[in-house]
Amino acid sequence: MLLSPTPLHIPDGFLSIGVSIVGWFLAVIFIGIALRQTKDQLGERQVPLMGILAAFIFAAQAINFPVAAGTSGHLLGGTLAAIVLGPWAGTLVMTAVIAVQALLFQDGGLLVMGWNIMNMGVITAFTGFAVYMLVVRFLGSTTRSRLIGGFIGAWVSVVISAIAAAIELAISGTSPLHLGLPAMAGVHALIGLGEGVITVGAIGLLQASRPQVLTSGETAPGRRSAVFTLIGLLVALGVSAFSPLASAHPDGLEFIAELQGFLGLAKESSYELMPDYTLPFLSDPVLTTILAVAVGTLVVFGLVWFIARTSVQRGTIGE
Amino acid sequence: MHIDLTDQYRHSESLIHHLDPRVKVVVTLFFILAVGLIRDGSWITFGALFLGILGYAAASRLGMFYAVRRSIIAIPFLLAAAPLPFIIPGPALISFPALNLTITEPGTIRFVSIMIRTFIAVQAGILLSATTPFPDLVWGMCSLRIPRPLVAVIAFMYRYIFVLADEAIRLMRARAARSPEIPGKGKPSFIWRGRVTGSMVGSLFLRSLDRSERVYGAMASRGYDGEMRTYSTFHMCGSDWVSLIVFSLLILGSLSLMFLR
Amino acid sequence: MHHTLDIQNLHFSYPDGRKALRGVSLFINPGEKTALVGPNGSGKSTLLLHLNGILRGEGEVHVCGKELTEDSLRQIRASVGLVFQDPDDQLFSQSVYEDVAFGPLYMDLPKDEVAQKVRQALEAVGMAGSEPRVPHHLSEGEKKRVAIATVLSMDPEVLALDEPTAGLDPRGRRELIQLLRGLPQTMLVATHDMRMVAELFDRTVIIDEGKVVADGPTAQVLAEPHLLEMHGLEAP
Repeated sequence: MLLSPTPLHIPDGFLSIGVSIVGWFLAVIFIGIALRQTKDQLGERQVPLMGILAAFIFAAQAINFPVAAGTSGHLLGGTLAAIVLGPWAGTLVMTAVIAVQALLFQDGGLLVMGWNIMNMGVITAFTGFAVYMLVVRFLGSTTRSRLIGGFIGAWVSVVISAIAAAIELAISGTSPLHLGLPAMAGVHALIGLGEGVITVGAIGLLQASRPQVLTSGETAPGRRSAVFTLIGLLVALGVSAFSPLASAHPDGLEFIAELQGFLGLAKESSYELMPDYTLPFLSDPVLTTILAVAVGTLVVFGLVWFIARTSVQRGTIGE
Repeated sequence: MHIDLTDQYRHSESLIHHLDPRVKVVVTLFFILAVGLIRDGSWITFGALFLGILGYAAASRLGMFYAVRRSIIAIPFLLAAAPLPFIIPGPALISFPALNLTITEPGTIRFVSIMIRTFIAVQAGILLSATTPFPDLVWGMCSLRIPRPLVAVIAFMYRYIFVLADEAIRLMRARAARSPEIPGKGKPSFIWRGRVTGSMVGSLFLRSLDRSERVYGAMASRGYDGEMRTYSTFHMCGSDWVSLIVFSLLILGSLSLMFLR
Repeated sequence: MHHTLDIQNLHFSYPDGRKALRGVSLFINPGEKTALVGPNGSGKSTLLLHLNGILRGEGEVHVCGKELTEDSLRQIRASVGLVFQDPDDQLFSQSVYEDVAFGPLYMDLPKDEVAQKVRQALEAVGMAGSEPRVPHHLSEGEKKRVAIATVLSMDPEVLALDEPTAGLDPRGRRELIQLLRGLPQTMLVATHDMRMVAELFDRTVIIDEGKVVADGPTAQVLAEPHLLEMHGLEAP
């Protein structure tokens, strides 16, 4: 029952409360912007189009292809959604998918949904789209470049999403970074091949049957901010990966273990004062760093979005 | 994968089923939050909340072990946490000197605690979807300040997953019908198989796109103007408030067990 | 000029250049039940979509005496009940009640009036009491009937149906024909079901390649086998 298309649907209990809250904070912001952008982009069609395409992604994730020895590959779909709809619509569609999977099927937790949305919705949509656009821009708008861009974009999106998840798990003290990151990245480097190949197949079919779909996705709103958002997110990921788990501490996990209060166990903590317990995440230096990183990301993103918006406005005034 | 798309809702005439969906959503989220706040190794507190789950399931007339039977912890994530017993420093439980590995007490406590948290949290989610019809759940969220367009998108998605899943199944059956396994001949390559799957995804996409255009047409034909109007209105009655307070107190009470001993 | 449809010299091309309607002119009288027949791709569905402005072509469309313009769209959409071929396109809400209530709700009717209209519409299609049911649990025939209820609740003067009997088993088909027989509205029904045409409709219009090629009393039109064959049809 809890077998996900990719092992990216983090269940409740695997991320700490503080980390989960940061994830929700970021997700709410991205969802809010995605709602506004898609309303501008789609008008009255927003609700039926986004809803039915979210159902499409869900159904498409069910389509399997046998890989080896009884395992099957499945599409996650964030990059494909972003390529045909633009990154913001892609984010909204994936958000709906993740929400329904968590609420209905307990595929992914409720408290950790913020990060699931960030990983499988925002990160896959934006990184996949940005890479695809860069490839197409670089190689020219041909079928071949779209296929190549789609493959690389899909692959990159899955791997980066996995790395993000690994970092979130490490900061939560659930999975040591020096083991979790290579494992997640490694596994998803393989899974990403499946994602890439399916995405290529889909783009190929669309190019043959209805190429307008691909061109409209490429001109959807958000393409400028996509690259900047991508950079912002990657910077944030990199910083958070290296901050509390910085190699300044010889054993990264021991640092975490100390903070989580393992040394001493519950027996000692039963005599601690209420204030110290009730809000552990505020006294936690790890969480302070994360909050700083999150705020930093938002600042970067805010600046970028502001630049993108003002440059668009300049364009329209000039007409 | 979720090809078995039977509704997760199980009808029953119980107090829980009749509660306002917002109460159930808030209580479930609060419960999962509480589970996350429990310190590692607080077995009694874990036990209290687990008993709460069993009680809630029983009160829903679904059978005390309804949710227990349906929760299997996601294997990939079990593996993610698996190193913990070996890595977290502390007094040793079992040693494997030949492999240079030691399982420590704190490590095991941490690992088991995480597993228990997930186990209990998943069951809370199962009970929520079993006692609340999804449309009620979704429209109830409107009053919990979730933006209406997002709620409407989710509602539409729910309406059409069954339709599109059927189309996906038909595509897979058609593919299976044309994929004989002939002894002696090799199987097609990974890339070929992936691209075929991709073509199926692509054609499902086009069908979905066209359907959304037709659905929009049907909506416009009946006067849709882009604004979602709420259909169901939920009214909190006395028993809803009482239940909300009682459940919240029970959860807080269980949490406070952590400070005893 | 109530309960009428007046189409004058309607031309329409799809974005890809394909000409779908080449000067269609048609006048449907009050209470008249007219069948619209023709081969696939002849423009039947396209024509129906012009009746409430989902598609806009060149030429004039008057519905119940009102000309179809940007301003009159909302009014006209309440006067013409357009029923699509695939009921899953028409039943997009979470319950039968919500689907049938959609039209009246968007006409800004008060809550109890909406409930009353829903009840009446469901009764008219023989689905009384099915308000709480979920669309994907309905049978194909039930879906088709609820789909008709979703437009009946708006009290339309004209009904336009696209292939109402398609995909139904014999019993479902029989029930639907009975239902249509009992409805008082002016009707324009696109269909391939020639036996239903003979049984139910006083007037038949043959459309092929976007043009009206025959328009007259059903008995007359169906009595010309070579005309039917020329346009991809068969006598019942």
